[in-house]
Order: sequence, then structure tokens, then C-alpha cells
Amino acid sequence: MTILYLILSILPIVAGVIIKVMYVPVSDGISITGAHVFFTIDLPLGGLPVSEAQVNSWLVLISLFFFCKFLTHDLKTRNISVRQVIAEWLVKSVEGLVRSNMGEFFMGFGHYIAAIMGLSACSSLLTLVGLFPPTSDINIVGGWAIMTFILITYYKFKAGPWIYIRSFGEPVPFLAPLNIIGEVATPISMAFRHYGNVLSGSIISVLIAALLTNVSKLIFGALPGILGDFPFLRVGLPAVLSVYFDLFSGCLQAFIFAMLTMLYVSGGFPEDEYFKRKRLKEAKKNNNSQVIKNTNGGI
Amino acid sequence: MLELAIGIILGGCALGAGCAMIAGIGPGIGEGNAVAAACEAIGRQPESRSAVTTTMLMGCAVAETTGLYALVIAILLIFVAPGRLVNILLEAVG
Repeated sequence: MTILYLILSILPIVAGVIIKVMYVPVSDGISITGAHVFFTIDLPLGGLPVSEAQVNSWLVLISLFFFCKFLTHDLKTRNISVRQVIAEWLVKSVEGLVRSNMGEFFMGFGHYIAAIMGLSACSSLLTLVGLFPPTSDINIVGGWAIMTFILITYYKFKAGPWIYIRSFGEPVPFLAPLNIIGEVATPISMAFRHYGNVLSGSIISVLIAALLTNVSKLIFGALPGILGDFPFLRVGLPAVLSVYFDLFSGCLQAFIFAMLTMLYVSGGFPEDEYFKRKRLKEAKKNNNSQVIKNTNGGI
Repeated sequence: MLELAIGIILGGCALGAGCAMIAGIGPGIGEGNAVAAACEAIGRQPESRSAVTTTMLMGCAVAETTGLYALVIAILLIFVAPGRLVNILLEAVG
């Protein structure tokens, strides 16, 4: 069973490579293009294109699902295996992060934070196997940012709509238009930050590969036959830069996206008003039940 | 005449992308200041190294945002805008 889950978590990535080899047309030379659109679903409000980015992000979702199954499927209380140690460490570290950044009230956010962090990091790391990284498409990252924006607004509404509307008039009422712009800019800046970092990394990698091809043609072009065409400088050298642009940048952006989600959600939440309201409600409830008891006793 | 118009479009897009990337100065200076302050803090209190590093990376990422806006504009100007504008021109000419 363990092996089966492990295989099932690797299979989607292999399927992604196979889909890319089968259906994505090979571009001649080095070119920079967006995600390849496989097909378009006709809908009443215009077509819905199903692109490489979407397919790859679905594959990452399936792969992560089976990987989590692999980590957690056979938990024990003693004689624990290496898998369980890794799973416990992951859960503990994410919960520690949420506790230190959001406080005890938001402990339920651990699932969302861990999910978005894992999804984002694994999507960015897809470049290592040569697939199109879904995070370099604004549609995917924009979706996550909108999700976060809905969560932020929901928690701002927790203490009633009046407090939400009044929060735009702070510190002085005539700054309200700026506050509204700032509110809308939050998801846009989150999406652009993540997508711009990953996309710029991949564009710089492509440009460096093109440069190295030309330089090696200049240096080794005089060699006879196939040796003259072979880009020697492209072997190994771009990998050094890939450590920064793919590994470090991808993981850092995932961490920052999760961190900003936590900070925005807990920062926008009107804590004092919420607990005051809650106490008032409970007091009212207690009063009501007491009144009912009293009347019952009187009868 | 059409060649000239297309040439002006391509040149304008390239110039615009170059001008947009002037915005790279801002994040460069800002992140430099942030890292300098972080180095000072670590030098003063070496035991707070991990907390300072995490906070510094967060701040750097936020300071980078304006630069990334410029980058997105530049990418759009180089890879997307010329094709669209040339299409519009050809449709207008007929």
C-alpha cells in the first residue's frame, strides 16, 4: 500500500511529461511563449481555454494528494516510521508558524496555509522536470489571490458590516478612496509578486541559454561536423543560475505568499470589536434563558 | 509607409519597456537599505539571526513589488503589445 501511494504520487508528474511530449508543439530554436492552449470549451460567455498551466496545476494537486496519503496512511503511537516523523514535523512546523503569526484564534488556518504553501512550492519546482510551471501564469496565481481576498473580507465582516464600512474611514474620513484602492490592490499585488518572480526567472534562464548558444557558436564554430553545432557552454552552466531562479526563488515566493495571507487575514480582523460583540451576545442569551427560567418558576 | 509605421510601433514598444525598467532603481535601493539594517541587527544581536533573516526576506519581497509591476509592464510591452498593435494597424489600413 505504501509503495502504491508513492507510485501514484509520482505518476501525475510522469503523465505531465508525456502530455508535454505528445501534444505541445516543439518550437524551433529558443523562444519565449506563454502556456500552450490544448483546447477551448465553448461556454455562453466566451470560450474557456484549457491550457498547459491549468493541466499542470491539476497534476500537482493529484500528486500532492497521494503524497499526503503516503505520509499519513498508517499512523501509530509507538515504533513510528520515518514517514510519520516527516508528517508530524510538517504539521508541527506549519502550526507553529500559524500560531506565532496569527494567534490562537486562527489555528484552523493551518490547513489552508499548508495547502497553499505546498501547492505553490511544488508548482514552481515543476521547472526542474522541464514542465511549464503553473505559477508563471497569472490566471493560476490570480485565483489563489482572489481566494485569499475573500478570506480577508470575510474576517473583516466578522464584527458586523458597520465596523467593516467604518474601517475605510480610518484614520481620517476623506482618505476613504485611497483605502478602497489599497483594498483592491492587495490581491493584485499578491498575484503580480508571485507570478512576476517566477516568470522573470524563467525568462532570464531562456535568455542566458540563448546567449550561451551564440557564444559557444563563436568559440567552437570552427570545429568540424557535429562538434561545431553542439552548444558546449550550455552544458551545466545554466544549472548554477537555476539554483537561484528555480529552487530558491520558487520556495521563497511560496513562503511569502503564505506569510502575506496570514498577516493580511489576521491584520484585517477587528479583534476587540469581535470579542466585545461575542460577549454581549452571550450575556443577552444568558439573560434570556434566565428570564425564561424565572417565568417558568413563577408559573 | 506601412514598414515605417510598424517600425515606429516596434521601436516605441522597446523604448517603453526600457523606460519602464527604470523603476528597478527603487527596489534596489530599498532592499539594499533593508539588508544593511538586517546585517547591523545581526551584528549587534547574533542570537536573533533567524528571526531577523525571515523578517528581512519578507520585507524585501514586499519592497520588490513596485519593481515587479514595472517588470510585468516591460514583459507585456516586449512580448504582447507589438503583435496586438501591428494587428490593429493592419486592420485600420485594411
